[in-house]
Amino acid sequence: MIAELGHFALVLALVIALLQATLPLYGVYANIPALQRFARSSALMQAFCLILSFAGLIVAFLQNDFTLDYVSRQSNTLLPYYYKISAVWGGHEGSLLLWVLVLSLWGAAVSLFSHSLPREMVARVLAIIGMVGVALMSFILMTSNPFNRILPDFPLDGADLNPLLQDIGLIVHPPILYMGYVGFTVPFAFAMAALLGGRLDSAWARWSRPWAVAAWCFLTVGIALGSWWAYYELGWGGWWFWDPVENASFMPWLAGTALIHSLAVSEKRGVFKAWTVMLAIIAFALSLLGTFLVRSGVLTSVHAFASDPARGMFVLGILTVVIGGSLLLFALRASHLNSESRYALVSRESFLLVNNLLLVTATTVVLLGTLYPLIADALTLGKVSVGAPYFNALFMPLAFILLVFMGLGSLSNWKRHDIRSFIPLWKVLAVAVFLGVALPLFFFGTAPIKVMMSASLCVWVLLSIVRDVWLKARTAKQGILAGLGRLSRSYYGMQLAHIGILVTILGVTFTSNYSIERDVRMGVGDSVNVGPYHFEWQGIRDIQGANYRATQAEVKVSKDGELVSLLHPEKRIYVVQNRSMTEAAIDSGLFRDVYVAMGEPLDNNQWAVRVYYKPFVRWLWLGALMMAAGGILAMSDRRYRIAARQATPVVSQGATAK
Amino acid sequence: MKMRALLWAIPLVLFLGLAALLMSRLGTDPTALPSARLGKPFPEFQLADLLTNQPLTLASIKGKPAVVNVWASWCPSCKEEHPALMKLAQQGLPIIGLNYKDVPDDAKAYLMQRGNPFQVIIADVDGNLGLDLGVYGAPETYLIDAKGDVVYRYVGVFDEKIWQSQLAPCYQQLLTGGEATLCQ
Repeated sequence: MIAELGHFALVLALVIALLQATLPLYGVYANIPALQRFARSSALMQAFCLILSFAGLIVAFLQNDFTLDYVSRQSNTLLPYYYKISAVWGGHEGSLLLWVLVLSLWGAAVSLFSHSLPREMVARVLAIIGMVGVALMSFILMTSNPFNRILPDFPLDGADLNPLLQDIGLIVHPPILYMGYVGFTVPFAFAMAALLGGRLDSAWARWSRPWAVAAWCFLTVGIALGSWWAYYELGWGGWWFWDPVENASFMPWLAGTALIHSLAVSEKRGVFKAWTVMLAIIAFALSLLGTFLVRSGVLTSVHAFASDPARGMFVLGILTVVIGGSLLLFALRASHLNSESRYALVSRESFLLVNNLLLVTATTVVLLGTLYPLIADALTLGKVSVGAPYFNALFMPLAFILLVFMGLGSLSNWKRHDIRSFIPLWKVLAVAVFLGVALPLFFFGTAPIKVMMSASLCVWVLLSIVRDVWLKARTAKQGILAGLGRLSRSYYGMQLAHIGILVTILGVTFTSNYSIERDVRMGVGDSVNVGPYHFEWQGIRDIQGANYRATQAEVKVSKDGELVSLLHPEKRIYVVQNRSMTEAAIDSGLFRDVYVAMGEPLDNNQWAVRVYYKPFVRWLWLGALMMAAGGILAMSDRRYRIAARQATPVVSQGATAK
Repeated sequence: MKMRALLWAIPLVLFLGLAALLMSRLGTDPTALPSARLGKPFPEFQLADLLTNQPLTLASIKGKPAVVNVWASWCPSCKEEHPALMKLAQQGLPIIGLNYKDVPDDAKAYLMQRGNPFQVIIADVDGNLGLDLGVYGAPETYLIDAKGDVVYRYVGVFDEKIWQSQLAPCYQQLLTGGEATLCQ
């Protein structure tokens, strides 16, 4: 019964989305304000229906309603309740329902926070979000309905959730990632609305900028969570595998990063408008492409859900209509976009343009690498795929150049920059090179050339940022503190996000060059030294979990004779699916992780054990959090809040004028 | 002016090309990797045994149906399938290892820890044999008949379920000397 209500709410949401996609546009065309305003209320109603529908599916999981095909495949009576809830988005159908739920929440957010915007603009934006909703909801209802019943022969118990997904990481990773993915629909809708209305000015950029930044923050955190989950749950100690599905989330991130920078230029200077619109389309297209790649089964991946050509065809159809249509609109209208100002060759505009081009190049590199198996297959070059070496070889130089321009760009002025002001940076560079060479040597004893380069560059950008903050704060007459207080939140946000990327790059550099991994055979009394740490095997015991049995080992970790930690890695057997899983035990710290994962039992009560020493690995995710925090800080900047307050009377005037 | 207008259409054209590419690939199963070698003889080679260092050629592995498993110590999925290989080897199945692009010492340490299910191990350090065979990545599992022809290929983690459902019927047919109709 609950499931039928959920199903009904989903159909209702589709109907509302259809109205939301059409009526407001007609209202703009025929100049009927009531129809334009309908966009707002329909977005809220649609979100309400989808929340109901999603809640219905959650209840079906909690009540173990195995008459639902989806529940019977994803859940089991033994599953703890929190995993029953996260199992809702553990499979194809449920994760799509989450996708449309998130989309409708973004739509509702636009509806609630856009009172300062012209009514026609909001009507168009919400209509376009409505169209995307229609496409995805029809996809669910026609090919992947989570509410389908299997009657009368339903199983007495479910097949259980994939043990890999029974983890706190999976509870939070998909919703956050989807918030990011789907969030790029909003800047896309703004860009389309602006193209439709022929009004692409700096106001448009200012309106869509916080939305783009919000989506980007979610995506950043979502990717970081996914990488963190892979790190501790897959038991291989890796944090990024250049897997097609990881790439599918990384591409919109790269394009989105380019987008938020390009939006900054469009807002402040009124240039790059066509380019910004293009990036908004690309970021959204890549999000949809990611959905296609995961669902269609054209690529193999550890993440791929059931591959089904019919579903693939449907998503491809959506992709072609939505992206093809928007690019057609772009081709027709973009030539009307004129620059509102000029800029010199050496200026912040130019540096941002270079960074944009580098980010787009990086996106292309990932796209080609991901699609290469398809291209090669189509050209009958055989089945091949490109792996980590390709990506690493191309990404390292790109990241280095990007760092240089990031450093210069954030220091330079709009319109025209005196290149001589960069000359004092040589001193900073000298200090940076010294630190970049000395620090790795101090920490690790050796330093390959690429580590020194990466560390020097990061330190250089960091020092340049600190110097810039100091120079800007110093100009205040009331002293440094007052000067610091005078700088805007968006300035601090930018610098914090930039420091975040430095932290991540340092983490990547150190952890990929200095990690030590050992495969050893261990029994009671055995010990091994890895890096500066001493690991001693204490013994094993059996434990019983909610839906698994496990063998748990105790490993004593010490350094210079002092106890650091007692680690308890586990080897679990999930009883329903009879699958074994490795739960790694990690002692984490700011400067290093030590990591023990159990392999297979050997004879003589010994085990194959994998031991890692991973310096600076936490910095990867710490940097990502700093980037997201920087984004949030920038979003809370005064000018967005003031714009919101000032504009309120305009709306009420509009209401009375009717 | 006309030319400029065309310029704005470039993204659209690129995208339509991409969509056509994706469309042409739909419905093809990426895991079904047709081996260039399927139905053809196992490639000739002259390599050494990983453990004994004895020279190995195609002649040394021909003569009876056998499983050829492509593995390496750098391959995480190989570790996953290793227990299944151990079990099948204990049941008397002849398994030939093809140690693919590996450091011999790493490979030996790997077997020391996990046990050795292989009768012989071809040390394909440069990966040339793998290339001739059409190896896509490790792990892969092949079945060859007594004449040394490749009759079956499986890509990915090999387990008892796959053995029971797919390889075992084919292998039984090969043993009884019949046509390998159950192999696909």
